[in-house]
Amino acid sequence: MYKKTNTDSVREEVRQYFKEGDYGIAIFAACLGISLALVGAVMLLILVKGFAHFMPNDLHSYEVRLSGSETTLKIAGEVAARERITHQVLIESGYTPAVKKDLYERILLKNGNRELGRDYRWILVDDILAKEQDPDLTLIERYSYGNFYGTPQSIKPINPATEELSISYEEGEGGEDADRGEWQAKLKSVLRYNKKIRKEMAKLQSKKIDKINYRLEKIRLETNRLKIRKEATAEKLQELEAKRTELYAMAQEAEEQLVLLDDQLNQHELHMLTADGTAVAINFSQIVRLYQSNQLGFGGRSKVYLARLAEFVSGKPRESNTEGGVFPAILGTVMMVLLMTIFVMPLGVITAFYLYIYAKQSFITRAIRIAVNNLAGVPSIVYGMFGLGFFVYTIGGSLDQLFYPEALPTPTFGSGGILWASLTLALLTLPVVIVSTEEGLTRIPRHLPEGSMALGATRFETLWRISLPIVSPSIMTGMILAIARATGEVAPLMLVGVVKLAPSLPLDGNFPFLHLDRKFMHLGFHIYDVGFQSPNVEAARPLIYATAALLLLVVLMLNSIAIIIRNRLRESYKNLS
Amino acid sequence: MNKKTISGRETGKSNSINNIEKPENNTLITAEGLYLYYDNNEEAALKNISMKIEKQKVTAFIGPSGCGKSSLLRCFNRMNELSSTCRLEGKIHIQDQDIYDPEVNIAELRRNVGMVFQKPNPFPKSIYENVAYGLRIQGEKDKDKINQIVKSSLKAAALWGEVKDRLNSTAINLSGGQQQRLVIARAIAVQPQVILLDEPASALDPISTLKIEELIHELKKQYTIVIVTHNMQQAARVSDYAAFLYLGKLVEFGKTNDIFTKPRKKMTEDYITGRYG
Ligand SMILES: Nc1ncnc2c1ncn2[C@@H]1O[C@H](COP(=O)(O)OP(=O)(O)OP(=O)(O)O)[C@@H](O)[C@H]1O
Ligand SMILES: [Mg+2]
Repeated sequence: MYKKTNTDSVREEVRQYFKEGDYGIAIFAACLGISLALVGAVMLLILVKGFAHFMPNDLHSYEVRLSGSETTLKIAGEVAARERITHQVLIESGYTPAVKKDLYERILLKNGNRELGRDYRWILVDDILAKEQDPDLTLIERYSYGNFYGTPQSIKPINPATEELSISYEEGEGGEDADRGEWQAKLKSVLRYNKKIRKEMAKLQSKKIDKINYRLEKIRLETNRLKIRKEATAEKLQELEAKRTELYAMAQEAEEQLVLLDDQLNQHELHMLTADGTAVAINFSQIVRLYQSNQLGFGGRSKVYLARLAEFVSGKPRESNTEGGVFPAILGTVMMVLLMTIFVMPLGVITAFYLYIYAKQSFITRAIRIAVNNLAGVPSIVYGMFGLGFFVYTIGGSLDQLFYPEALPTPTFGSGGILWASLTLALLTLPVVIVSTEEGLTRIPRHLPEGSMALGATRFETLWRISLPIVSPSIMTGMILAIARATGEVAPLMLVGVVKLAPSLPLDGNFPFLHLDRKFMHLGFHIYDVGFQSPNVEAARPLIYATAALLLLVVLMLNSIAIIIRNRLRESYKNLS
Repeated sequence: MNKKTISGRETGKSNSINNIEKPENNTLITAEGLYLYYDNNEEAALKNISMKIEKQKVTAFIGPSGCGKSSLLRCFNRMNELSSTCRLEGKIHIQDQDIYDPEVNIAELRRNVGMVFQKPNPFPKSIYENVAYGLRIQGEKDKDKINQIVKSSLKAAALWGEVKDRLNSTAINLSGGQQQRLVIARAIAVQPQVILLDEPASALDPISTLKIEELIHELKKQYTIVIVTHNMQQAARVSDYAAFLYLGKLVEFGKTNDIFTKPRKKMTEDYITGRYG
């Protein structure tokens, strides 16, 4: 009997608990927790994997038994991956292990030195006979052929005629560091000098050569235009010809300067020895940077990390996008999204206002509204097709016929470009803006616009001075959603202007600075291209994460700006009845 | 501008009308045979209403909820037109101008006939901007003039003392009574001839109500006021004329004193004495 009352009271307590609605809070909390955990996990994975890539790893040298023979191989590099596989899989991959086990552990060694052979190698842990973390092991990042791993021998001048002596690297045998002051100084000075020369070359390229080429192209088009319009008088042509000659002379001069500078880069070689004893001479002009990770402490590693990260964010891609930076893709993404915002916001807001205020609630308005809502569900690739068919071919083609006949058959606006891409995405995000703006409009208390009109304001004045400010947070919400959607969209862009490698940026120093007809690079497409279209998937993999992390950061940045603005606006209207 | 003006203060024509007015003919607004339909197939919300509203007097509309007081009030500044299905029959003249004449400039009419709503509706702007709103709409650029009108309007609405130190803070944070006086100031700032007050004190405490009533007394000297109220004492206190509406019909209209002391209709008497509704 006592027991019974006890369960009764428990039951009562449970009933009470549910009555008070606490269970609701528990469920909410659980759902919120799960969503946050999922989002957090995705972000964490991408950010960690993406940004860890730039940290220099320990370098290892191994002595490895070769399959089915007594010979051994010395090899050096860094561990890129580690996995366990079964005997079966190993046999199927054409490898006979020395001992039979159920599970084998193997590592993927990035051993670089692409000019000598494969730059990635799977090594069975059981096959490793000796392992060492040689402090002299050096990683050289190069402009071509990828990384080089080896031990330095000497720095030699390329031109044997010079008086300069070669400086050799004394290996720190017996733990005692040899006196490398001279070596370090030489290395540093050559690297610094080359860096300076490179900067000058880049400046020459962008400030002079690109500009000259741009102007030459303009003159070519101008000549064509005159011919097409039959205005090509001998006088005018002569004038253009004179300009052209002048530019050619300038171009030649610049080219010569460039060659001179390039010669200065090629003054020294770094002689290296690979782990298996092959001697390789590396021209200093090939070296991006080099470091001996095993000797670097935390500070040293951080320095390298920051330098690599900076190159990734601000540099141009190299080696068919698997190395170097993604700056053109960042710029392309941001610009495309900004342009999209500029197109979609006025269009969406005006449409919403029209639907809400001016259009009578008729069959047509209802039809438009249903259409708008359904447009949000159309797969994005369909928008891409529309953009290609309508914007690029129809409008772009006509624009070319009308305004750029001199460039034909090369299309100006008649092929994909940043303008068409952003317009396509504007179309794609239009429903979002319309719906959220209209939602905001329906929430405006009716007595506010009425109060304005009772003071003699017209509908338009009321809309402009009362409704628009009140609805602005909703408009910003629409903008946030539109930006988020547009930044993440890749499929339609592939049809209307995104390319793997754009020769020039859509924004540069040549008048009119913003080139809407140009093709552009995009972080999302970059991920696809590097990850799945690249000839060297192993080398590209870490970059996928890094690029994805950047894409995430770009979305976050753009959205945070919009959210900050929205919160400011909201603050002003938060007490609205 | 070929639109006819209503305001009368600026046009010579209306002035001359003012001049020839006989002292006993103080009528400002005339309504004749008004029928108001909110929806074509619905019953009329106002049925055959005719009345004359005197200049610089307070006219009160009383009657049970839903009888059409607000609807009638909103006919005088054509606010009913905001709902597209609304249709009005009959005529309303303000100073001999037919305000439903298609040539009338509605914005100007509404400037001349100000309105204060049942629920205070300050704009989500600063106190100053709320009062200056009407002037800005009219394109007034002269800062000194705006400053001066804002100040005088707030003073006229008995709000100046309370807000003079925070003119630039948001109007949303004012109390209900202050908000109601603010929207009155906002209406006064455009210097209308007529002010329509739709239950201006319905949401206020007795003290704020009293302030509004004093304000109405004050405003009467300059403006013609039409007020809707549910409060019989209030109607008796503030109004010179009273109209009793019932189910869209004008049951009785006359001097407030007469209506409250010797109503001609039984229905009016029942309503006033509280035997009805
Ligand atoms: N915008 C509108 N659309 C349709 N019907 C309306 C509209 N406004 C008012 N009505 C109807 O017209 C009638 C009169 O309404 P009105 O608002 O004039 O009443 P009222 O006398 O002001 O009432 P209250 O004292 O409650 O404010 C009511 O039946 C109401 O339902
Ligand atoms: Mg009412």
